[in-house]
Amino acid sequence: MSPIIALLSGLLFAFGLGLAGMTAPARVIGFLDVQRWDPSLLFTMIGALIVMFTAWRIRARRERPLAGGSFPAAPPAKLDGRLVGGAALFGVGWGLSGFCPGPLLVSLGAGVDAALILVPSMLVGMGLHQVLEGRRRSEVLPATEPPL
Amino acid sequence: MTSFLQSLLGGALIGLAASSLLLLSGRLAGVSGIVAGLLQPRQGETLWRALFVAGMVAGGVALALLRPAVFQPAAARPPLVLVAAGVLIGFGTRLGSGCTSGHGICGVSRLSRRSIVATATFMLTGAATVFVSRYLLGAA
Repeated sequence: MSPIIALLSGLLFAFGLGLAGMTAPARVIGFLDVQRWDPSLLFTMIGALIVMFTAWRIRARRERPLAGGSFPAAPPAKLDGRLVGGAALFGVGWGLSGFCPGPLLVSLGAGVDAALILVPSMLVGMGLHQVLEGRRRSEVLPATEPPL
Repeated sequence: MTSFLQSLLGGALIGLAASSLLLLSGRLAGVSGIVAGLLQPRQGETLWRALFVAGMVAGGVALALLRPAVFQPAAARPPLVLVAAGVLIGFGTRLGSGCTSGHGICGVSRLSRRSIVATATFMLTGAATVFVSRYLLGAA
């Protein structure tokens, strides 16, 4: 059941992004332009937040998701440099290209030229983080397991 | 339909997609996290992620056929700029644990302190980047 839900949710997500204008990078850059601000994507955020806020209220009254499994754990409250630094770097990439990850996947499906460069580069960035994170972990937290 | 109404409705659809994933299967619709999870496959965590991504890409195929105007391109960027932007998007969303969907929609609507700070941060640096590239460097 869960895989079908994921497929349909992804499909609906893509239609929402397209209808909202998130797949038009010029619109996104206009939203980020403080000199000539295009506020239309603010309405997208408001629409998404109202629906999702309601979903969290419904979630609070339920023990389990309808198709089984469990709900995600509460988010940690701790702020740190990684959160802020990572968000800051992402924002630069977002402002340079006018794309964030969701609209990139949708644009990849549509064969948009920029997405054909941006998606592989994004995967490289994720892989780079995975490698550096693995290295950091092994330095900060040396293996405590005795060798077999 | 005016663009504001269309943006509002599009946002509501995004919210509906994220809500159904949460309430039906208990998953967060954070796109960068879902994609990154495919790079580090774990038992029971791969199929739903792959299908969510497949749904988004298939949605793009359908939109390209039904409403190609939604893919209105931006002014062209040099390929090297796009590569840098892509790497920053991938690396930054992993370091910061989320993007516009995970932090901006799922997290902010849950009033998560981390997500509110992350969203304010990427909006700020996004706006700063557009300001510098458009008004100081003269990009379109």
